[in-house]
Parts: sequence; C-alpha cells; structure tokens
Amino acid sequence: MIRLKVNGLARQFDGDPDMPLLWYLRDTLGLTGTKFGCGAGLCGSCTVHLGGAAVRSCITPMSAAAGKNVTTIEGLDQAGAHPLQKAWKTAHVPQCGYCQPGQIMQAAALLKSHPHPNDADIDQAMQGNLCRCGTYQRIRQAIKIAAGGKS
Amino acid sequence: MSRIDISTRRGFLEGAFSAGALVLATRILPEQAQAAALTETAVWSPSVYLGLEADGTVILIVHRSEMGTGIRSVLPSVLADELEADLAKVRIEQALGDKKYGSQNTDGSCSIRDFYDAFRQAGATARLMLERAAAAQWKVPASECQARLHTVVHTPTGRTLPYAALVAAASALPVPNKKEIRLKSTAEFRYIGKDLPIWDQQAMVTGQAVFGQDARLPGMVYASIERSPVFGGTVKSFNDAAALKVKGVRQTVQLDHFKPPHLFQALGGVAVIADNTWSAMQGRKKLKVEWAPGPNADFDSAAFKTSLQQTVRRPQKVVRNIGNVDQAFASASKSHEADYYCPLLAHATMEPPAAVAEVKDGKVSVWAPVQDPQSVQDAVGAALGIPPADVACHVTLLGGGFGRKSKPDFAVEAALLSRKTGKPVKVVWSREEDLRFDFYHTTGACYLKGALDAKGNLAALLHRSAFPTIGSTFQAGADYAMDIELGMSLIDPPLDIPHFRAENGPAKNHLRIGWLRSVANVYHGFALSSFLDEMAHLAGRDPVEFLLSSLGPGRKLDFADLGGKYWNYNRTLADFPYDTARIRRVVELAAEKSGWAKKKPSQGRALGIAALHTFLTSVAAVVEVEVDDAGNVTIPRVDYAVDCGAVINPDRVRAQFEGAAVFGATIAMLGEITAKDGRIVQSNFNNYPIMRMKEAPREVHVHTIASPAPPSGVGEPGVPPIPPAIANAIFAATGKRLRELPIRRVKLA
Repeated sequence: MIRLKVNGLARQFDGDPDMPLLWYLRDTLGLTGTKFGCGAGLCGSCTVHLGGAAVRSCITPMSAAAGKNVTTIEGLDQAGAHPLQKAWKTAHVPQCGYCQPGQIMQAAALLKSHPHPNDADIDQAMQGNLCRCGTYQRIRQAIKIAAGGKS
Repeated sequence: MSRIDISTRRGFLEGAFSAGALVLATRILPEQAQAAALTETAVWSPSVYLGLEADGTVILIVHRSEMGTGIRSVLPSVLADELEADLAKVRIEQALGDKKYGSQNTDGSCSIRDFYDAFRQAGATARLMLERAAAAQWKVPASECQARLHTVVHTPTGRTLPYAALVAAASALPVPNKKEIRLKSTAEFRYIGKDLPIWDQQAMVTGQAVFGQDARLPGMVYASIERSPVFGGTVKSFNDAAALKVKGVRQTVQLDHFKPPHLFQALGGVAVIADNTWSAMQGRKKLKVEWAPGPNADFDSAAFKTSLQQTVRRPQKVVRNIGNVDQAFASASKSHEADYYCPLLAHATMEPPAAVAEVKDGKVSVWAPVQDPQSVQDAVGAALGIPPADVACHVTLLGGGFGRKSKPDFAVEAALLSRKTGKPVKVVWSREEDLRFDFYHTTGACYLKGALDAKGNLAALLHRSAFPTIGSTFQAGADYAMDIELGMSLIDPPLDIPHFRAENGPAKNHLRIGWLRSVANVYHGFALSSFLDEMAHLAGRDPVEFLLSSLGPGRKLDFADLGGKYWNYNRTLADFPYDTARIRRVVELAAEKSGWAKKKPSQGRALGIAALHTFLTSVAAVVEVEVDDAGNVTIPRVDYAVDCGAVINPDRVRAQFEGAAVFGATIAMLGEITAKDGRIVQSNFNNYPIMRMKEAPREVHVHTIASPAPPSGVGEPGVPPIPPAIANAIFAATGKRLRELPIRRVKLA
C-alpha cells in the first residue's frame, strides 16, 4: 500500500508500484489537468510537483511518490489566482493550451528557487517543456510578469 | 469547455434552448455554396445557430474546432459584436458534427474567411429583431430604437428594455431578409479589431480544459493498439497469453485491416483492453504479433529520395506554361539550376490522438479532438455499417491539430472497439504510435532553372516538383499531384516574367499521406524562395531589390492562360484577388521593420528574406540568424509583414505568426521522418525533435497592414516563408547554400 498526498488530500494506492504517477492522477483520480505528451520525460506536459520539486509524472513510478506531497495544476490555485496563472492570462499565452499546465508547474518550481529569474535562468528551467504551438516568447514574458509582480 | 462530466452533455443540442428561447437559424453564404461547388474539394452550405434564453443569455454555437487558433472565441465575438451582446451574458457551446452547419472542417485557414460575413449577418439579424420587438412594445418606429450592450434604447426618450424582456416577442417576429439588416461600421465595433482574450484561457491555466485525452465516460475501458510496423501489413497470427496476465488487462480484440483506399479507416491490428491506460500499454508490449508485411516492406526513404531527385531532373507533365522557357534558357545571358529537397514530416501535436466512443442500441457517440466532426460521422458510419446520422460526434478541445486531427482514424478505432467490447472505450495513442502511424506531410523534391536577361532581371523560370500526393489517401495508387497541391506555390508564383513553366512528376506513396500546416507550400515555397535568392546573388543584386524587381509592378493575376482555372483556395479571384501590389507592400514593410538596408551581413550574422502569397494572405518574413564558430544556428529575430485583409482579433493574429515562426523554424532546422525496411525510424521527441525555448526564434515581430479587404487566412501562411528565409540568411552569413532540410544535418563550421 502506497500512501501519498495529492493536492493536500491523503490518498492510498494498492496497484502496480511501477505505474507512473501520471496515470494514477489521470485515470484513477480523474485529475486530467496533468497531460500525457510523450511517456518518456521528453516534453514536460506531465510536470507536477513532488515534494515541492518539478518532476515528470510520466516517468515517476508510484513507488517514488510514497509518503510524499504531490501538487498538480488543479492544486496550484483552483481559482487560477497564482501569480503565474494570472500572468499567463495577462500575456494571453495559451494557443491550444495542452502543454500549458506543465509549463506553469515548471515555471512555478523555477520561481520558488529563482524569484527573479533572468533570461538564461528561464531558458534553462523551461528547456524540457515543449510547446508545438510555439508560445515560448509569451511564456518567457509571462514568467517575467509573475516575477515582477512578486517583488 | 468547462469540466462537466461529458455524459451529462449528450443531447446538448436538443436541450440547449429553454422553451420560449429565440432560436435564430441563419442561412448563410448561398453565393459561396455555388462558387465552391465549382472547385473539387469543398461544398459549402453552412448555417449556424444562435440562441437567446428567456433570461437574455446569448448562446453561441461554434461549429469550428479549437486547436489553438482562437476560432472558438473569435467567431463568437464577431456575432456578439453585431448583436450588441454583453460578453458577460454570452455562453459558447461547441456544435456536434452535423451537416446542417455546412462544412465544419477546420482546415485551410478559412474559418474567419468563410464565416466572418455570416456571423456578422446572424448577429445583425438578431439585433434588428430585438429592436423591432422593443419598438412594438413602445409603439414607436423601429428606426428610433437602438440595441446597446444587451439592452435596446429608445433614443429620443432614453428609455431602455433589456434583451431578457424582448426575447419572447422577438422570437415571434419574421426573420428579416439580408437587405433589411444593417451591419455596423468599423467605428461602431465593440469587439472586432480588439485584443480580446480567448474564452478557454481560464480553464486552460487551471487544468480544467477538456481535451480528447481527457474525455471520460462512466464504465469506460482503455485501449492500446498494436499496429503493423509497415504500412499495409496485416496480422498473420498473435499470441496474447502474456498480455492477458498483466494486471488490469481484460481482453484483446483483433481489428480488421483497412481496405484500399485507406481514407480515414482504422489501420487494423490487435487491441489490448484494460482498466486504465497504463495496463493497456503494458499489455500491448507483451503481445506477440506475427505480421505479413505487405507491399511496403522494402520502402526505404533514402532510396526513395534519390528516385524523386532523378524524377525532377527529367522533363515531366507540364502543368503550366507561359512563353517559352527553353528558348529563353538558350538565349539567356546567365542561367542557373538547383535541386531542393524536403523530407517527410510528422505533425506531432502535443496531444497524441485519442478518442472515446460508446456504441449503444446501434448508435454511436464519440468524443474526440477532431478538426472535422462530420468526417467522424462518415468514417465511423462506414466502418460500422450505419448511417452517419446515427453517429453523434462531440468535439473536445484539440491539443494541437495542424492537419493530423482532420483524419479521425483514432475515433473509428474507438467505435469499433466499443462495439466489440460492449463498453465505452477510450483509445489512447502513445507518442511512438503518433510518430509511426501518422498521415505524413509528404516528402518533396523540386528542380528549378532560371535565366537572367542582359540587365540581370529574371527572364525565365522552370519549376518542377515530385512528391507522393494527398490524393493517394483517397484513391489507391494516385501518383500525380492534385490541383490544390499544384496551386500551392508551384504553378502560381507572383512573378512578372515572360517565360514560366511548371511541371509535376509521378511519385508513389508508401505511407499514409496527409496535410500539415501550409501543405505543399512548404516544399514548393522553400524551393521557390531559396532559388529567387540564388538568382539575386547570381545577378549580383540585393535580394530584396531583386525580389521586388521580379514581382514587377503591382497587378492582379488573372490566370488567363489557364482559362482562369486556378483554385485560389476555394474562393473566386473576384472576391479575393491575387494582387501582387499587396505582396510588394509586405516585402517593403518587412525590409523596413527589420532594418534590412542598415544591417549588412557581418561575420556569422545576417538577414534572409522570403515572401509568398498563400491561403489568400501575403506574407514576407525577414529572419536574422547567427551562426557561431561551432556552426550552431540561433535566430535572434523574425520580422513578419502580413496582409491578411481585415484583422478581427489582432492578438490572435500575432499569436498565429509567433507560433508559425517556431513551427517553420522546426521544419527548417529539425524535422525529419525516415523509413527503413518500411518502418518509421523515429519514435519520440529524442529523435524527432521539436524546437525548444532556447533555440526557438527569440523575438518575433508581426507587422500587419491595415486593410479594408475581407479577412483571409492566418493559421498557415506564416509557415512557408520561414524555412527559405532561414536558409537565405545562413547563406548570407556563411556563404553556404542549403538546399535540403533539415538544416541540422549540415555541418556549418
């Protein structure tokens, strides 16, 4: 039995401990804000916070989540009032929107470690998150807006 | 699309309007229906629905699919503007697939182009009816009543009535005809021309937006399908003993192989059905399938490339001929020839294909991220032997489309599996399946020959191409290009030259061929715009100056030599002229904004330009590249100049071009699908890379031309100029001419 917390709620899981956290979130809990993009940790669409750090849930087995706190996009701020979510809306970032929960969760981890990131910090942190619509310019802008709003 | 359990959304269209609601059905575009019937691809007979509830809530039903362009928000904003609706009192609902809406095929950059007038007329019609209802209630002339933000105002007295108080009376009035309604002037626009945010933004940033991968039904099971690694291969035998031992796996189901032509049929194979996606995928990995490889087992993309290049080096079928290029070449002061090549590409939408289907009482309900729900009705109906009307297709949000989700084979798979299992089934494609079983953007080879006259002007041009055609998806064995493919930057260059010939050679398909954002303009445009740059250098002239000189004085192309038979993206040349004056203007504007004249090439840093007229929109792109000592290419800046007619939502137009710069740069630098022994070599983003933040164009500036012309397309036209502009810039920076994509294959240091 694996015990964990997801968005503050205690959960337990008795299935295959090798099952990636992604499918537990999506199929079992119905938290579909965390997206499936590649299944191999190559695109960042499935990014969540595990113990406060950004991880790719598609390659994180349930066994690695035992005893930990998981935060998904649904738990970041339900009303969309997190500074990054607000900045995403100000900059009109989303096009298709599919990768954006992963982008926002990755950016949220960045702002925790670098409250005022420069361009190089942003490039470095966001390099693992693909956007096929090509919204990178606005993602960078939104991260700067959110960082500026904090100071 | 809010996060409502989709099972409660079924039957929405029957139940959307409460009793007494004003339901206005507006027949639109009958003229276009006639015009389009003359072309080979489209049939237009669209209508849309707009409802007002008794409380004044305006319901706008969007019949086009949202894949990132913003259309689900922008078209309704057009209607809301003419209706003088308060956006806070508007609800947007997605239409089911239904022929009554006309074409729902969200494709070809035509949603605004083809529905802008119709949505305005629908809004203005309803506005007039509300004004008339208020006039009747006040017993005053309708001319004294004016709709203003969800109320009607009696202008002489200032009295007002909210829409809610007028809905019942308005619904009883006769629908006015087109001559009676008055469209707003530009100065009166409330939403059109403004940077409105998209409707789904809040849902998208909170994880509440529902894409196809997110659709769920009670009692649903999950399917992962093993398909033939070679296109056209069939199952000889399979052993599922190990698969069935995987925890959560319920059963396996064999799916029949498609029958040619493959259309949008399911490919066939063996499906593993399980309690969750992971179990289904794990089970599939344990399947042992023996395949009969079929006719394409020898397909080798490298050998095929050579054969295509040989094809374009020989005379081929003439598809347009002006003057006499052979004579012109014989008497030319200087001539030059070159070959260009673009590889197969996969769409790689961030959301891999997925669909949920439920077969119940002989009818099917499908939830899927599709660009054309009516093609789901047709394809599922054909697969199950039921009428299309018995297939209800609910369109979710699309996590990217780019043409892939015009082909609903994945929805057919879900429907077939639901019938076989008796349960709602969700089919989930992995990234590996997405890249290996795509409807690929075709590989294309081009050969160009050009001549300069004594003054160094372009005097003659021959453009010859060969590529497996999209037509092969609809007609088995089709091996010459369709007219629409020829009409994408092969037969229709905007050049003012006395001698021009276009030729097209045969090419067999060995894979499913589809269409990808901007389609044949990718390889034709890359070859044409690269070659013009080569000719400029041959003439010793500045590429912008040479381009303007080759475009000649502004004029409207009439294609008289073709008897006017040019597809013009399914619109008449009268409605959407091919006007080279507009192309000249975008070239001049892009040059000005990018600082072309001032920024002279320096060590490893230079500008390149390309300009094309595609999807009825004129676009010039100036790309700045930097090539470092190690040969790494970065793109600090792109300047687009765009004439797309009237701009409805400037922010979404900018967004489409910002994205197109990245999409085009990915094609130029990275994209390549190859096949060996009939099998696709690439499997995921490690070997089919998509541009990441660090290497993507750093700053994309979009300069639109203010135009009173009707709006044309913006989804696709930003893509084709980017690869040649990048290659031209790299030539200017390094002296290396790049005639094959992707550029990452070339050592630049």
